[in-house]
Amino acid sequence: MNLQPRTRWLLIVAAFAMLAAACGSDGESSAADGDAGAECEVGDTDGDLALFNWAEYIDPEHLEAFGDEFGIEATMTTYDSNESMLPIISAGNSGFDVIVPSDYMVGIMIDGGFLQPLNFAAIPNSTNISDDFANPSYDPEQAYSLPYQWGFTGLAVNTEVVGDDFPRSWDLVFGEGASEYAGQITLLNDPRETLGAALKSLGYSLNSTDQGELDEARDLVAAASGNLAAFNTDSSDELLTSGETVIAHVYSGDAFTQFLETDNPEIYEFFVPEEGGTRWIDNMAIPFDAPHPCTAHTFINWLLDGGQGATLSNWNYYGTPNAESIDLLDEELNEFLTSPAVLVGGLDSVESIADTGDFEINYADAFTAAKG
Amino acid sequence: MTLTHNRPIADTAVATPEFEAANERQKRRRGLLLALPAYAYLVLFFAVPLGIVIVYSFATRNRFGGTDLTGWNIDSYTALGDSLVRQVLLRSITLAVITTVLCLVIAYPLAYYMATRRESVRNLMLVFVMIPFWTNFLVRNYAWYVILGTDGPLSRVTETVGIGETRLLFTQSAVVLGLVYGFLPFMILPLYASIERIDGRLLEASRDLYASGFQSFRHVLLPLSMPGVVAGSILVFIPSLGAYVTPEILGGAKTTLLGSYIVTQFLTARNLPFGAALSAVLMVIMLTATIVYFRKGGRTL
Repeated sequence: MNLQPRTRWLLIVAAFAMLAAACGSDGESSAADGDAGAECEVGDTDGDLALFNWAEYIDPEHLEAFGDEFGIEATMTTYDSNESMLPIISAGNSGFDVIVPSDYMVGIMIDGGFLQPLNFAAIPNSTNISDDFANPSYDPEQAYSLPYQWGFTGLAVNTEVVGDDFPRSWDLVFGEGASEYAGQITLLNDPRETLGAALKSLGYSLNSTDQGELDEARDLVAAASGNLAAFNTDSSDELLTSGETVIAHVYSGDAFTQFLETDNPEIYEFFVPEEGGTRWIDNMAIPFDAPHPCTAHTFINWLLDGGQGATLSNWNYYGTPNAESIDLLDEELNEFLTSPAVLVGGLDSVESIADTGDFEINYADAFTAAKG
Repeated sequence: MTLTHNRPIADTAVATPEFEAANERQKRRRGLLLALPAYAYLVLFFAVPLGIVIVYSFATRNRFGGTDLTGWNIDSYTALGDSLVRQVLLRSITLAVITTVLCLVIAYPLAYYMATRRESVRNLMLVFVMIPFWTNFLVRNYAWYVILGTDGPLSRVTETVGIGETRLLFTQSAVVLGLVYGFLPFMILPLYASIERIDGRLLEASRDLYASGFQSFRHVLLPLSMPGVVAGSILVFIPSLGAYVTPEILGGAKTTLLGSYIVTQFLTARNLPFGAALSAVLMVIMLTATIVYFRKGGRTL
């Protein structure tokens, strides 16, 4: 390249200027202005709705119905993990009005100043939320988030192969008996879920920040990995119903919808082992720089209506936090959600995953080490 | 340069040194203008992101999994010495070497066969080699996923034949198979290009002088096709080293390779500085391989 010195110098300066600009906007977290929440009336709209949600989490027609009712355009973009959503929101100018972060991610986003406080005067339906979901640990004042859907993580079993007489325990995958189904078991490809299951089976909290306990859990997963078909998150439910596997570590809603897609759903069983597992709650929240905060409030209020909540659950088959929706759920879904056979250890045995700060690195490394 | 001197100059214009210099300047400016879009593209989408990766690798992860661009340090690079990282790196390199060697062994005879056919046959075969590229890489990996599954066509065939069902999906062999399949064209094409260029009469001469088939391969064909061997090996080695999709889909994510280890740093540990440092190391390895290529084989290709 025979650039003249001046031109070359200019290019280098330009490159560094862009670099600085790119870094600057990423590094500084902008805090939400004030604590009052947006000034909106019930049913106000101030533009189209841009929803940022998990895939397969709301019927597109359901979303369209909201747009039609309020005379606006409602669009949705999807993401596949909390961690991939976070940087898009934290960079600013995402253009999204409503997002659906999970429990621990709400805590992280509040700390980072990426959520704006909700104006509850514009969300009268927030009183429909059942008491189980009020003031959660990740948003103790319930100022920034309202629950969207919830579910468990547990085990799904093909009873045609395994029979009915097996322990409803994590021993099924971590114990001696697991070798009988070698090559036909999947665990989630997620450090917190899978190490959390191992921690639970050892009798510890799945939010443990004790290195000794984590090491024990790592060894348990390492020992079990010899019996695994795969560590899989995206298609563990399909692998089970296609016959590739017989025991799968899965999310409740995924398992249930997948069972119902088969010709013989009754041969599958989902349960949360007696030692306990994960209960997670996904939440609706408004990013700090949402372009249409009033439309966002109206959408949240609309979805928390009893009837809309039931429509949502009847489509995605996850649990509803809405007390007014429960009676309107499909019978088989309601049976599944309230069955004592699902939650073997009772509600006290389950925990939500919490952010462990710097210890997240230890979880990721322990998981890598366990896989070998 | 020579063009300028040979161009007939109008009688009125005198070829003074000033005129020459002005002409030279104008030519450079025009060249720069033409290259500007490519330059801007490279700076914007290659140099700047690369710079950001390097900058982040010296930053600090904060408690919430964000990255603080203060307190610059080299902790992420010292963490690379950890035995866990060394294991992942060693495993990835081993897999990449196996893939490269298998590709070479499979591709060489094919490339030779292609290069020695009639032109029409040759072109047809080239098209066949390139046809898989018409389909997305991810889709092709899922195709193997279906083929290798316990309930898939391969297993069905072995069952009918009487060998019993095959369990290939989610094994290391499936990963190697997927990688070799995916990167084979990258080996065939440079090999073909360099073998096709060799004067066939040299091989005939060696046989006339009583060299055995192996001897003429060893002393004539192979040395002459070396640029293709080196180019193909590097083109296969580099993407296999960073492979992410194939080990995740066909290997069931059971062993951690470099690609998925980097993804873990960004998406689960949210340790961007360490992820950036790992990426930087991967780039250094690839850069080294590329330099070797230019030193050893690139000049003659």
